[in-house]
Amino acid sequence: MSAPVPFWRAALLSLALLAALLLGWEMAVKSGASSGPTVDPELAALLSPEAARGGQTAMPAPSQIGARLVELLADPFHQRGTNDQGIGIQIAYSLWRVAAGFGLAMLIAIPLGFVIGMSPLLNAALNPFIQVLRPVSPLAWMPLALYTIKDSSISSIFVIFICSVWPMLLNTAFGVASVRKEWLNVARTLQAGTWRTAFRVILPAAAPTILTGMRISIGIAWLVIVAAEMLVGGTGIGYWVWNQWNNLSIADIVIAILMIGLVGLALDRLLGLVARAVAWAE
Amino acid sequence: MDASLVQASSKLVSVEGIARKFPGLTVFEDVWFHVAPGEFVCLVGHSGCGKTTILNILAGLDTPSEGAVLVGGREIEGPSLDRAVIFQGHALMPWLTAAENVAFAVSCRHRDWPKHRVQDAARAALKRVGLDAAADRKPAQLSGGMKQRVGIARALAIEPKLMLMDEPFSALDALTRGSLQEEVSRLVTEAGQTAFMITHDVDEAILLADRILLMTNGPRARIAEVVVNTLPRPRERANLHHMTGYHPLRDHIMDFLITRSRTLAGNPPPGYDPRNPPTVRPAG
Ligand SMILES: Nc1ncnc2c1ncn2[C@@H]1O[C@H](COP(=O)(O)OP(=O)(O)OP(=O)(O)O)[C@@H](O)[C@H]1O
Ligand SMILES: [Mg+2]
Repeated sequence: MSAPVPFWRAALLSLALLAALLLGWEMAVKSGASSGPTVDPELAALLSPEAARGGQTAMPAPSQIGARLVELLADPFHQRGTNDQGIGIQIAYSLWRVAAGFGLAMLIAIPLGFVIGMSPLLNAALNPFIQVLRPVSPLAWMPLALYTIKDSSISSIFVIFICSVWPMLLNTAFGVASVRKEWLNVARTLQAGTWRTAFRVILPAAAPTILTGMRISIGIAWLVIVAAEMLVGGTGIGYWVWNQWNNLSIADIVIAILMIGLVGLALDRLLGLVARAVAWAE
Repeated sequence: MDASLVQASSKLVSVEGIARKFPGLTVFEDVWFHVAPGEFVCLVGHSGCGKTTILNILAGLDTPSEGAVLVGGREIEGPSLDRAVIFQGHALMPWLTAAENVAFAVSCRHRDWPKHRVQDAARAALKRVGLDAAADRKPAQLSGGMKQRVGIARALAIEPKLMLMDEPFSALDALTRGSLQEEVSRLVTEAGQTAFMITHDVDEAILLADRILLMTNGPRARIAEVVVNTLPRPRERANLHHMTGYHPLRDHIMDFLITRSRTLAGNPPPGYDPRNPPTVRPAG
């Protein structure tokens, strides 16, 4: 067994790697700037008039991206018309959709998972449906959602709902089904009753497993929202990325990737904190 | 006075001809015994003869295939707060502290009590088993003996009519086991608590029990004999083996476990009446 690595050494190495990456990138872009890959004028013309005017380098250097980042973050919540809203606003739209879809999924998946976990009969009866529906890409639901709901924003929420419901449902059912028999026997000998047993014994016992499902769900939801918004357009960070691609603003796309990563990390950490709070050790 | 009434009051628990059958397996059958109020009864037998199954039936966690169990003259149907169980593997909830584990039981017993009263009762129960200092620790931070103590406190806290124990000390080291046995002996005699305990440890049975039920091997196990423990109380583990009558008593039980539990299995002696298994007093 190797000794545990001190935190500062790992952090220092991470910073060094980042610096090397950025420096290499910067040099590569700068050295290739004169003869480097410019946008094919035909493609640029196809994409947008703005890009066609360009002659700009396709791949921006980190310094340019940094400058653009400062610019974007200086006023992240501005709203000047439908096509010019700050990156903060766009992220907020995406977060709202994820929160709505994920919250709905929670409201359905956790109680339903509870029932499935408690009843082997229901578990067996519902299992075929779950097994068939779970592997379906959530985006495959989009046309059906758009057709029935007729609202692009609610359709994205529905898609988020569909993709986050499965991990939570399966983990809740599994967690509830594997609550130790002896704890249930304790509750029975104490005549705790159904509700007390459900909330004071089964729920805390299964909570770590349920939280694992929720963490998987929120990760998938955040992956899917970008794609969903690219499809339906309008608002949100996914739409924004697509829009910047149409504008051929590669720097903005890189920034969006960074932002999506950071927000995803924050969401995971948030649920990680909740998971820590409900964790128990034997 | 009505004779049947006198009989009913001398039996808190009355086990009447129970059997437990699984497909292709009769674990035990025609098991009859009783537990009088304030009495401490131990059940001794080899592994797999159905001891846990009998205890689970008494607890109401399992139902007999035949026969019935009466408590206070009424047939039991399911678990009851009047019958507390101390489980073999302590069965504490790891997300609750020691005090919360006990408080959960108290709050089930006294649903109308305000929170502080429940907590006070839980702490008082922990104090009785000498654990007040560790009340706010989670089970993971307690030793095996401490966990089992919390389990005992939890059972005591609901003031049951009958305490059921399934090898409560078998997972503990010899020293801890000895001190816990004495503690249980003290707590149970102090409170005049009625208790039924399964054990593998002959000395434990001699220390604690008023009567020791000897069970033959399975399948189709039965109560072969009822040994009355006439050693005077208080008994102490340290000088148990100096008491007159200890050695004959111990030898009798050991002989049963070594040979007769096997030879008597499925082969009852002539004149054996399952309703009234022979009573013996080896200690005189
Ligand atoms: N659900 C079940 N299905 C089939 N057989 C079972 C079941 N539960 C218990 N048995 C059988 O019943 C018998 C008695 O089991 P039990 O747990 O009561 O034994 P025990 O006397 O408590 O043993 P030990 O001393 O090892 O704890 C065993 O032979 C076991 O295999
Ligand atoms: Mg057993």
